[in-house]
Amino acid sequence: MDNMVNIYLFGKKYEVPSGLTIMTAMEYAGYSLVRGCGCRNGFCGACATIYRIKGQVELHGCLACQTEIEEGMYVATLPFFPLEKRVYDINEIKPDMQIMMQLYPEIYSCIGCNACTKACTQELSVMQYIAHAQRGEYEKCAELSFDCVMCGVCSSRCPAGISHPQVAMLARRLNGKYIAPECGHLSDRVGEINEGIYDEKMAELMAKSVSNVQELKDMYNSREIEQ
Amino acid sequence: MYRIDRFNELAKIVAEKRPVNAPMEPRRMTADEKDALLAQFHPDYKQGEFSELKVGPNKGGKVPTQLAELLQAHSRISADSVDLSAPDYDTDVLIIGGGGAGASAAIEADDAGVRSMIVTKLRIGDANTMMAEGGIQAADKPNDSPAIHYVDAFGGGHFAAKPELVAKLVTKAPECILWLNKLGVEFDKEPDGTMVTTHGGGTSRKRMHAAKDYSGAEIMRTLRDEVINRGIPVIDFTAAIEIILDKTGKAAGAVLMNMETKELLVARAKTVIIATGGAGRLHYQGFPTSNHYGATADGLILGYRAGAKLLYADTLQYHPTGTAYPEQIFGALVTEKVRSLGAKLVNIDGEVFMHPLETRDVTAASIIRECTERGKGIKTDQGVGVWLDTPMIEYKNGEGTIEKRIPAMLRMFGKYGIDIRKEPILVYPTLHYQNGGLDIDTYGVTGVENLYAAGEVAGGIHGRNRLMGNSLLDVIVFGRNAGIYAAAKAKETAVPEGLTLEHIAAFDNELDAAGITTDIVSPKLLPDYARRDK
Repeated sequence: MDNMVNIYLFGKKYEVPSGLTIMTAMEYAGYSLVRGCGCRNGFCGACATIYRIKGQVELHGCLACQTEIEEGMYVATLPFFPLEKRVYDINEIKPDMQIMMQLYPEIYSCIGCNACTKACTQELSVMQYIAHAQRGEYEKCAELSFDCVMCGVCSSRCPAGISHPQVAMLARRLNGKYIAPECGHLSDRVGEINEGIYDEKMAELMAKSVSNVQELKDMYNSREIEQ
Repeated sequence: MYRIDRFNELAKIVAEKRPVNAPMEPRRMTADEKDALLAQFHPDYKQGEFSELKVGPNKGGKVPTQLAELLQAHSRISADSVDLSAPDYDTDVLIIGGGGAGASAAIEADDAGVRSMIVTKLRIGDANTMMAEGGIQAADKPNDSPAIHYVDAFGGGHFAAKPELVAKLVTKAPECILWLNKLGVEFDKEPDGTMVTTHGGGTSRKRMHAAKDYSGAEIMRTLRDEVINRGIPVIDFTAAIEIILDKTGKAAGAVLMNMETKELLVARAKTVIIATGGAGRLHYQGFPTSNHYGATADGLILGYRAGAKLLYADTLQYHPTGTAYPEQIFGALVTEKVRSLGAKLVNIDGEVFMHPLETRDVTAASIIRECTERGKGIKTDQGVGVWLDTPMIEYKNGEGTIEKRIPAMLRMFGKYGIDIRKEPILVYPTLHYQNGGLDIDTYGVTGVENLYAAGEVAGGIHGRNRLMGNSLLDVIVFGRNAGIYAAAKAKETAVPEGLTLEHIAAFDNELDAAGITTDIVSPKLLPDYARRDK
């Protein structure tokens, strides 16, 4: 390998080829991962990681599968972080301010340090979405937190002990269920199906699928496609 | 900007031709053209990559060679490794797998008032469901109907699916969207509540519902939250490694293994649901994969050794647009929604070489043809690719569309300096989905009584090719379905007696009789990516 880079996995130095991600660098070094590895595509938050470049002050949060290695990188994975999730019955709660006060009162202890935002692996405005949650503005909280992968790096940096991803999860469910407009054509169609309006047509198609596939093929090949 | 100058130069050709390419509506292929293309270029048709099974319920059938090796391997344990008389867990419905299907099944079992338990070798939500980007189909618009959806799905699957399963898939679809919405899933909607829907490859109506390009993640995290709210036990980092049968041959639980301590545990259950997902991490034919780390076909192995039959295990889906460059995300999924929003596939000369919304198998084969026989691909360090002209999306739909509709894609490439709003991206097919799996009936039951299967591990719903948006739909419809019927069956089933693992030795004897000698043990559980050649 021509371009090798020195990185430190849990403080131990390894020389690995440049261009790898933190995750593939760990595997190159010989690690067989069980924890701290999930979708490997930046969606699941399993590979939350904290790193610092040797000699620098700033601490970075990232996903190991989505982050390219750099010279002098000190890496500590965070395969589990004890987030506090409060349980509730989605059908019994209301999208008012009380529910957040009741389930996640610690959000009102936010001191505004913004460490959560700086640590976010998805570059979200974490402190801002918590501010929306404090005010019961769940639609805005849901929107700002939408890309959250619930890796927990934000919470690991929070002096107030807030479990930001769980706060946001509650806000999104409140928004999805109660605040976003209801879909008329969806409930209409479910009603039609339950009334049995399509039963005859479906039975006919199923029968033809067995007895007369050619007719279905013709139907498929000549079907009108919405532009 | 690309770090490789040659790509920046070639991308200029794509940009020059964009004004001509954008408004063009490429011709769709005829049925005969598609058949010829698939036969010559689709990986499923490469006979040398498949092996005939010599033992088990599908003896004589063909499956990918890597899968055959695992199906015809030894158990990780022998019958005397565990004491079946003192189960560590006792439940009504044992759910193996913590993805979309498993979580949906658990919620339904809970609604039915029976005890259920999820075991998962990683964490709940570590699953392909979490990674599904583009969306979920349901025929809920006035110009659409379950019948139209049926024809799309059945035809897209080459008329090979089980009709009764397709019918269930499309008929239950709208109700499942409503169910998810009531759980709090945030679907993209217009201000008046109308669902924002788009096409997928092979759809004749715009019925793709989405939550930006985090559709699966939004569904999965909501289901996970609900499972936890209900207090349903989730045993994580614990894999099922063998199905336990009772004295009459019915499924009665599973042997579990702690992934970290390797401790063996026994779970006894009245009914068992296998919801372990797909097999992308077996890297059939050397393809990269868009799949989750745990996608190693475990459920197929568990079911097969216990006597359950497979259906269409020889058909895989290669998603046409896996990432071809940069290497750090090689094989990662570029959602079909990119094409739904108007991006076209373009070769090295800047020519649009096909309609971007043919079915996935046809599109993948067409890209492979462009890169091989026609020699119009763009070479990369990892292989070859074609352009997917992402800037065309904003050229047609206006600035801001990409950030609003496909933020995950913008972020994924942005980390490597590629702004997909301004630069086209390089793609090539990636191993994406197991079209077949354990053969089930409309109740979700496999060939073994009290053994159910749901989600990607099940086969027959999609025939020989699955349409975009029908897998998220499948995991919800058939996950719930399995939960409902497995719970009902558990209610009328007594606590199983005479638990046995005799089928392990019986399968070994079959291997011996067939002259198969192997050191391989299965299920595989995780791929081995650690470098050993030091």
